Amino acid sequence: MIDRYSLLEVVGLYVGIAIFLFFVLAPFIEGFLVSLKPLAQLFSTPYSFIPKNWSFDAYVNMWVSVPALGMHIFNSFFISTVVTLIVVVIVVPAAYAFARFNFTGAGLMLGAFLAVNMFSGAVLLIPLFRLMRTLGLLNTYWAMIVPGAAFLIPSSVWLLRTYMMRIPRELDEAAWVDGASRLYTLRRVILPLAMPGIVVVAIMTFIGAYAQQFIFALTFNSKTEFMPLPIGLFAFFGKQEVIWNELMAASFVGILPVMIVIVFLQRYLVAGLTAGAVKQ
Amino acid sequence: MTSTRSATLFALALLAPALIYILTIVAYPLFDTIVLSFTNASLRQDYDFVGWANYQRIFGAGNFTEVIIRTFIWTFFSVSMKMVIGMCGAVLLNAAIPGQALFRILTMPPWIVPMAIGIFMWGWMYNGQFGMISGLLQNFGITDGPIAWLAYGNTAFWATIVTDVWIGVPMVTIYFLAAMQSIPRDLHEAAWTDGAGRFYRFRRITVPLMVPAIITMSLLSLIATFNSFDIIWILTQGGPSGSTTTMIIDTYKTAMGSRKYGEGAARAVVISLFVTAFCIVYFRAVRKLQQGEAK
Repeated sequence: MIDRYSLLEVVGLYVGIAIFLFFVLAPFIEGFLVSLKPLAQLFSTPYSFIPKNWSFDAYVNMWVSVPALGMHIFNSFFISTVVTLIVVVIVVPAAYAFARFNFTGAGLMLGAFLAVNMFSGAVLLIPLFRLMRTLGLLNTYWAMIVPGAAFLIPSSVWLLRTYMMRIPRELDEAAWVDGASRLYTLRRVILPLAMPGIVVVAIMTFIGAYAQQFIFALTFNSKTEFMPLPIGLFAFFGKQEVIWNELMAASFVGILPVMIVIVFLQRYLVAGLTAGAVKQ
Repeated sequence: MTSTRSATLFALALLAPALIYILTIVAYPLFDTIVLSFTNASLRQDYDFVGWANYQRIFGAGNFTEVIIRTFIWTFFSVSMKMVIGMCGAVLLNAAIPGQALFRILTMPPWIVPMAIGIFMWGWMYNGQFGMISGLLQNFGITDGPIAWLAYGNTAFWATIVTDVWIGVPMVTIYFLAAMQSIPRDLHEAAWTDGAGRFYRFRRITVPLMVPAIITMSLLSLIATFNSFDIIWILTQGGPSGSTTTMIIDTYKTAMGSRKYGEGAARAVVISLFVTAFCIVYFRAVRKLQQGEAK
């Protein structure tokens, strides 16, 4: 350790971190406290940050106010899981092709993948809507799964390619010399070694798929039974007022699993994020 | 020779699923957008080609030009704030003090939690009568009455920017932090032996070496912010009276709200042209940085 922090600097750092984290976490803290307040207390002045009388009612009543809530949470997980499966199955061979083979147009294709990453679903919504209508996929899970996966494939290809390029080429070559076919080499030599990278891609995809479930679901689906949580939450917006405490409680129940994932896998996430932010 | 050809075929076979998928779900729609932008397509199945009429209409009325300018102002402030706050966050989280690991985890939720849910929470914070921001300001006697942040054009504009910054900051922070940590320690140690202070080292070593990371991240962030939809849609739906209507929101309203697919497509084409321009700048920057590294 080079120069030590003075006491003043340490205090300054902690104050700075406290302010920074308050900005980052304030909506969650407030949301959580709101979920523990009775509705009447929310709508009374003066405002109080801490609940005056704690209550878990919101966590019980929300299932009654919005009977489909459980289904929305399930839908969110189901859609994200299928998107993740599709992305992994498509991305693993593609990343291997880009990592190992030098063919004409490889650079161009990689660039095109990167460019796809820059387009948001919102820009392509009209033709996607028409495409989903033509394919008869409107108001099904597929209308959210199919476009959702498309926008997560390019970044995953880049991430996994970077990872696979770190696996020594000699391993493939040794397997070929021993008479293994290319496909066998991919399956038996590369796949096991790339597993940690594939896991990172899967986690990032799952989180991405869960996070992006809004615009496609808003536009391509109007059936309650297929609605993911972000759209389902609009059910708490009543005609007269929003049932805020139950809305927040439902939000927390819906995101709890993702939060747990963060805590346990944050090391992988940081690695994935920095590799995925395209260090070419 | 045959072996290279079979290798190429094998590689293309591996790529086929990804290529077909992207061609169908991204490239074809992009093409379809361009075609549609020259038609009067609506909810009805049949439509006619109308030439440049859609483009003339959106630029003729003057309304869309206003939207474009607003989008750029919105994006500029959001990206700048993300960069500044992200850099501050990275410096703070890079400090070797107890609790460091925990603080890093605590930074991540806005990035990882489904966007829409974070935005609902902001919706409550901005609530005019009872929300946290209005409530705290009143409790501390800073303002007399409640402020309905999302009800006035000016405050709504900034409120949506703040929420966008909030969602973007974790990714910027973590990325900058990683870049900061990849700076060789000996540089700092050498400067320290020469008597350079902490701030001097930050200005003369850390910042210059982070320029590539800052450029990369601001361009990526620019593209993401430019495309931002969920935040504005959930908080204000582009209102009040259009004060938060960015290009994406305007396109969505035209296409999905009024079912004017042709006019919406023309707007989407304009957006795509901007995004393409950003991409070119981004690719150039990355290539230049790479060459710089190679030297």
